[in-house]
Amino acid sequence: MSVGLPAYLAVAAALFTIGVLGIFVNRRNIIVVLMSIELILLAVNINLVAFSAYLHDVTGQIFAMFVLTVAAAEAAVGLAILVTFFRNRGDIAVDHANMMKG
Amino acid sequence: MDLSAIAFDILAAVMLFAGAAVITARNPVHSVLFLILAFFSGAGLFVLLSAEFLAMLLIVVYVGAVAVLFLFVVMMLDVDFVSLRSGFAQYLPIGMLIAGLLLVEMIFVSGAVANSGAAAHAKPIAANAVSNIEQIGRVLYTDYVYLFQAAGLVLLVAMIGAITLTLRHKPGVKRQNIADQTARTKKTGMAIIKVVTGKGIEE
Repeated sequence: MSVGLPAYLAVAAALFTIGVLGIFVNRRNIIVVLMSIELILLAVNINLVAFSAYLHDVTGQIFAMFVLTVAAAEAAVGLAILVTFFRNRGDIAVDHANMMKG
Repeated sequence: MDLSAIAFDILAAVMLFAGAAVITARNPVHSVLFLILAFFSGAGLFVLLSAEFLAMLLIVVYVGAVAVLFLFVVMMLDVDFVSLRSGFAQYLPIGMLIAGLLLVEMIFVSGAVANSGAAAHAKPIAANAVSNIEQIGRVLYTDYVYLFQAAGLVLLVAMIGAITLTLRHKPGVKRQNIADQTARTKKTGMAIIKVVTGKGIEE
């Protein structure tokens, strides 16, 4: 196999950067922010699996599974909060999310 | 250049393109569809690393559950997404600056780790007699069984949280209350009234 570990790490780094940039440029649109977080977690998983394959240790893949679990839970709860916020406010503009301000 | 290198190049290019499209698409439904494409390509990369079980898990969990959840929410919410994009150009320069710095830093660090760390010049794991899923099962159910149970608890808490957040009882809807029904006695449920002829009874 001619593809080395640096190539996988570089691709994961690029995807992580795309996710961070997505949070910056779409900070008003909370749905796209949640999707950017999913991209970041995918980049992390690629790093874990790449190191798992090159170090011949399956623990990395198990950790990636736990990351997947937490990401799924986070998406479910995040979207539930979003739906509740939309019902109460009628929009999802997070700039105006100051209802709990004292 | 062998076949796996060509597959890696194609999958990586498609994944990065899809990731860029997720954050730049005007329509959030397109964003979700590009997210699915990115996860498919990521699953392909996992197969190249001979992590077949995780690749299938990625497709089942992300494409089958999380992306559909996103799609439902995006389609159900009646939101003017054009106004939500108003800050895009405003935040683009600072975002590009920070993202560029982050990318350069991470590529330097990962290059250093990959060239001089423990995994330097190692060959990737080859397909052997013990399948990937069997290896994962052996380690997961012996060394990490408590963490496995904790992950199940995390999912349970997330499920209960999502249900309690989104469930609502509409006022004015008649619902069956079994406790009330079984607690009903002859005394509370029935009344004997003498009806005066020609007058009827009042409610």
